[in-house]
Amino acid sequence: MTTLPGTTTRKLGLVIDLDTCVGCHACVIACKGWNTENYGAPLSDQDPYGAAPSGTFLNRVHSYEVQPAQGAAQLVHFPKSCLHCEDAPCVTVCPTGASYKRIEDGIVLVNESDCIGCGLCAWACPYGAREMDQAEGVMKKCTLCVDRIYNENLPEVDRVPACVRTCPAGARHFGDLGDPESEVSRLVAERGGMDLMPEQGTRPVNKYLPPRPRDRLDEVDVLAPLLAPVAEDAKGFLGWLDRALERL
Amino acid sequence: MHPAPSVIVFTTLSGAGFGLLFWLGLGLPAVSGWVAFAFFAIAFALAAGGLMASTFHLGHPERAWKAFSQWRSSWLSREGVCAVAALLSMGAYGAGLVFFDTRLAPLGWLGAVLCLGTVFTTSMIYAQLRTVPRWQSPLTPALFITIALGGGALLAGQVTAAMALLALAGLVQLLWWWRGDRALAESGTDIASATGLGGIGAVRSFAPPHTGTNYLLRELVHEVGRKHAARLRVIALVLGFVLPVGLLALPFGHGIAALAVLSHLAGIAASRWLFFAEAEHVVGFYYGKR
Repeated sequence: MTTLPGTTTRKLGLVIDLDTCVGCHACVIACKGWNTENYGAPLSDQDPYGAAPSGTFLNRVHSYEVQPAQGAAQLVHFPKSCLHCEDAPCVTVCPTGASYKRIEDGIVLVNESDCIGCGLCAWACPYGAREMDQAEGVMKKCTLCVDRIYNENLPEVDRVPACVRTCPAGARHFGDLGDPESEVSRLVAERGGMDLMPEQGTRPVNKYLPPRPRDRLDEVDVLAPLLAPVAEDAKGFLGWLDRALERL
Repeated sequence: MHPAPSVIVFTTLSGAGFGLLFWLGLGLPAVSGWVAFAFFAIAFALAAGGLMASTFHLGHPERAWKAFSQWRSSWLSREGVCAVAALLSMGAYGAGLVFFDTRLAPLGWLGAVLCLGTVFTTSMIYAQLRTVPRWQSPLTPALFITIALGGGALLAGQVTAAMALLALAGLVQLLWWWRGDRALAESGTDIASATGLGGIGAVRSFAPPHTGTNYLLRELVHEVGRKHAARLRVIALVLGFVLPVGLLALPFGHGIAALAVLSHLAGIAASRWLFFAEAEHVVGFYYGKR
């Protein structure tokens, strides 16, 4: 059934730190690599070396300029993938039951052999987390690397989503957001983790940590007025040049 | 939203086809034999032809039968179930009229309800989407149903009903446009809520994640089709509603009726183009587009 489970035992998801992300797109490439070579249909590209390249990605990094009322503008790199919503509208619209949310860990997945490629789930998702693969004609989305996180053939350190494993800045965190004592839950509590588009009523599991306040350019050292000027008048060659130019 | 020709053809033709079947189910006009055959052939060609067209945009049409399974949660699945039930019951009802000169009235009523149900479930596929504020309104099912009833009455030769219902549908269309033009701004979703960064300052898309296009931009952020929106609205209103009502006011003749039908279908096709092309999906905010 494509009805949503009332509750899930765990709420596995990501916490993305917008303060730390440097916008390198390594997570985009790691995701594309892992999910092309492993579970499900590969993420195809169309015309990849031609004039109009296009392809399927499960994770993309936007960049935004934020201009406060006063002070300098700020650049925020913004990775975006499936938020594994508790009230996932993409699941309930599916006519075939291909889309589902797992009771045991809350991951939203697509059973590709049931997907008819109607695209309605992509319409229902406010975040643009689902992309139809143009080669396979089925809907692709972030699986939270379900084939890594439980994979006992991998070393334990690798049993996290590919995007988290690869992030060189440590901006991506993976864990159980249903457990208030987990590291990710404490991070959300400490840093004021937020939902994207809360008014859409999707109750996303993934949280975003807002950028910390920046230093302000108009702040001057408090000791500056007490410092005496080092040189009142220029001396030597520069002094002569100064006087010569004044006289012209 | 991308105005896919298959979906525009589907909603236009099948809306008219199910509308005609609704009137035939009520016994209006009371036809039998070859005349009934002609009416039912036209209705089934429009309704079933439209349904066939809708499968053209599927990635895997061969699995379309699986879409009958999730009627408890999915409006798209309900539409499929309703459409097949409507076509089956109206097929049996029509066979009675054509081959046995027998009118199974209760079956016709059931079929009529299922035909309206099909149009309603189609409209709810769009009206349920919170991601497209222009569509998320009770006016969307009202628009689809009045157009189907008016167009059906026109095809069924119910002159008085067609004039009244088409005039009503035209008013609903105007109301739908008027509300729709405000819907996105009133939805409360904008680039500030999309990024969660609005508390810091004014947010602007600085760089998109990809230099080329992608599925999301092609499917959900289709800005090109809006170019002639104002002109197309006038065309949709005149061809879809005003001209057919005017033609029906003239002394009835088959030539005039055919002209009214063609004008109506062309107008509704223009209206459906705008229905998709003008619809703004909130994912556009992530790209700084509408």
